[in-house]
Amino acid sequence: MQVTVKLFASFRTGRTPIEVCDYPVGTSVADVVAEKGIPVAEIGIMLVNCRHVQLDRELVDGDLLAIFPLLGGG
Amino acid sequence: MGQLDTYLTGVAIDGLISVSSQLDASLHFDLTFAEVESTILELGLCPARYQRNRQTISCEGQLALLRSSVAVIGCGGLGGYVIEELARLGIGTITAIDPDVFEEHNLNRQLLATHANLGEYKVTAAARRVSEINPAVALVAHRTAFGTGNGRELLGGATVVVDALDNITTRLELAAVCRELGIPLVHGAIAGWFGQVTTQLPVDDISVYLSAAGVGAKGVETKLGNPSFTPAVVASLQVAEACKVILGQGAPISGRMLLCNLFDMEFEEIRL
Repeated sequence: MQVTVKLFASFRTGRTPIEVCDYPVGTSVADVVAEKGIPVAEIGIMLVNCRHVQLDRELVDGDLLAIFPLLGGG
Repeated sequence: MGQLDTYLTGVAIDGLISVSSQLDASLHFDLTFAEVESTILELGLCPARYQRNRQTISCEGQLALLRSSVAVIGCGGLGGYVIEELARLGIGTITAIDPDVFEEHNLNRQLLATHANLGEYKVTAAARRVSEINPAVALVAHRTAFGTGNGRELLGGATVVVDALDNITTRLELAAVCRELGIPLVHGAIAGWFGQVTTQLPVDDISVYLSAAGVGAKGVETKLGNPSFTPAVVASLQVAEACKVILGQGAPISGRMLLCNLFDMEFEEIRL
């Protein structure tokens, strides 16, 4: 299945900001995060098709996954 | 018409009252600078200091700002700019909450940090700065850390709360206390070239978007640091939000979050 993965802010460093990726059926957001080498502790908002999801969300063909880093400074 | 009204009407030029006339009235009628300012605005006149506000904020709006109270939680990168802008805007009462003193590593971005006040409490510097900018503004300083234990007491009476904290754990506590008290909360957070802003109105709950998958108290700012311009941008967006909420005008960013990427100069709005 194909999932469009869009990375934001610092997650773009050393990675492709937006790409269509092939994943096996049953792939979760956590699997994509691991494949992209993004530390879970750095993740803030995760959206699938513009809706907020958790790491265990299973993706389906055609999904758009957006991942933002956690911002905590002031 | 009372004596003060007559005096103010007499010294008004094109509807404006100079700061020296406002000060004279304050001394002559034994009123605070803020009390005179209130009367000026009630008369439909405008303190001259706000003359460049007039096309944006009416006298009624300026009076609403004077009568409002904004609590700023954190007086560092975001908080310094937030307090500066609130004071210039003419917010009547600013409650500043921060337990820390200025350190050398604050100098790269924190507006209130100077060589001269290293080691000084941030809220003390904030009070001095505000008194220098606008004597109509009362700054109530709390040299303490915000938390669930003291939150209700610290925020009581606030019209709006501005989140200028530096960690996620306390932000979640702040969002919860604001919901409990039904006080609008303007959230802002920064890391490196990146920032985010949203407003939690009493009907909203932004908590899930503040922590999300992250498990720690800090975000990527621990890796990216904070340069000078990011807090200035995000703080200004926060003050614009606070201003709109107080005035009941415009469209606050409730149910939405603005994610700012100053590196690629992209602004993304997401639905919450």
